[in-house]
Amino acid sequence: MSVLLIAEHNNKELRPFTLNAATAASHIDNDVHAVIIGHNCEEAAKALSKLEFVKKVIQVEAAYYENFVAENFAPVIVKLADNYSHIISSANTFGKNLMPRIAAALDTSQISDITKVIAPDTFLRPIYAGNAFATVKSKDTKKCVTIRPTSFDACESSGGSASIEKAEASEEFSKTKFVKREEVKSDRPELGTARVVVSGGRGMQSGDNFKLITSLADKLNAAIGASRAAVDAGYISNDHQVGQTGKVVVPDLYIAVGISGAIQHLAGMKESKVIVAINKDGEAPIFSVADYGLEADLFEAVPQFLEELNKLNTIQK
Amino acid sequence: MKILVAVKRVIDYNVQIRVKEDNSGVVTDNVKMSTNPPDDNAIEEAVKIKEAGKATEVVAVSIGEEKAQETVRKALAVGADRGILVKTDGVVEPLSVSKLLQKIVEKEKPDLVFMGKQAIDDDCNQTGQMLSALLNWPQATFASKIEIKDGKLEVTREIDEGLETIEINVPAIVTCDLRLNEPRYASLPNIMKAKKKPIEQLNASDLGVDISPRIEQIKVEEPPKRKAGIKVSSVSELVQKLKNEAKVI
Repeated sequence: MSVLLIAEHNNKELRPFTLNAATAASHIDNDVHAVIIGHNCEEAAKALSKLEFVKKVIQVEAAYYENFVAENFAPVIVKLADNYSHIISSANTFGKNLMPRIAAALDTSQISDITKVIAPDTFLRPIYAGNAFATVKSKDTKKCVTIRPTSFDACESSGGSASIEKAEASEEFSKTKFVKREEVKSDRPELGTARVVVSGGRGMQSGDNFKLITSLADKLNAAIGASRAAVDAGYISNDHQVGQTGKVVVPDLYIAVGISGAIQHLAGMKESKVIVAINKDGEAPIFSVADYGLEADLFEAVPQFLEELNKLNTIQK
Repeated sequence: MKILVAVKRVIDYNVQIRVKEDNSGVVTDNVKMSTNPPDDNAIEEAVKIKEAGKATEVVAVSIGEEKAQETVRKALAVGADRGILVKTDGVVEPLSVSKLLQKIVEKEKPDLVFMGKQAIDDDCNQTGQMLSALLNWPQATFASKIEIKDGKLEVTREIDEGLETIEINVPAIVTCDLRLNEPRYASLPNIMKAKKKPIEQLNASDLGVDISPRIEQIKVEEPPKRKAGIKVSSVSELVQKLKNEAKVI
């Protein structure tokens, strides 16, 4: 049977992780249909119909779908679920909020945050913040699965020519009202999706010294991360925290500056492709996961790093 | 207003996780166990609401083995009034936990149910949302701020793009983010007092819910080991390696 992908969008454009989720869905079955629920989301529906792997788009419109309230979305998908063997979404805050509500209504035991499709009923997923990986097999006839976006490549955003069908809206859930959304506007890439992350730890010694991290991040077009110790010490706000109790990041390059490498921090970054550690304590655990370790005083090394970068003709963006 | 708070006993977040040699799971014997960190935030918030005079009772509930009683006891020590332990053996999936909690909710009739947004052992992030689906109640997940206004809750949620605010009617489910508050430590006198607070014990089998697992855990493995890295002697060597060897800048 076919796979139903839940598209994430802002009513105008698709959110990028929809492309990763489409790839994951295609690993389960070739017949991927995608549902888009929103308000005046024609453009996003068209973009969805052009995605590689997507064979059919189901568009569901109502004014009360404008703000993606899970209590409104879940019944729509539950109604469509009869025709599908799997329901797929990203394991970001959109999918995490929505999918369990669907799974419970379908009496299905959800499989969260998979990093690999082993078979249509068998998946690999990290547990204990990536300190272990479990291979799990679902015995439910209908499967609700959320996928870790960074573990699947984004599909091509053109080339597809899926038909767009309209489906009926469900009743409004009146006990939850959207009030407002404050999106963090930043020229910087998002921590969760950045190609490069520069993080500072307790070794930064003050919030003011985090300017060094900012300069390095500016140079490399990187997101800024921090260890829990740096957050607890008040050097930087909580939303920068990388680790088991913060964000899990998988960039191409992770630069840890003045971070000792507590277990809880390592859990959030050790899947990064290339890890650099700069720390004056040569025994710091961060060096055990670093591809390139530099034992040095960060207050000398980071300015030198900037100088060396300035000498380069090109820096990848 | 009455608040039910669900707490889970998990391996302490500072413990290095070890996978069993037969790949059947992770080692839990002789390992320090604690309350799931965001569940501490859930208890703290409920107690704060009670201290502000906006709630009359805070009930802590845990689902798990006999020893989960310690987790309930800890919630009592930081201000919950009484506890409930639903005893189970083996793995209980979030769907089953939410069905058991539904039974407790039907019995206790709370106005609010709080719990952490995610357990740090199975990392499922499902139970709160599933419970609210089963009860057809509003859900406010990943809450970093809760305000009570005329029988409604205004909740700020941590989402990937920033912050979202929603207003929900009571009764409702709230799953708590670590940013919601700073959980207090239990004082010694309060730990002593908590020993006298009642904990009702139930068996999951008495609640008439099928909690048999739907997911077979085939194996648990160590994450792929990183190959040993190198130490570089200078910043210029580092930059050269990143440029020419790793090709990431």
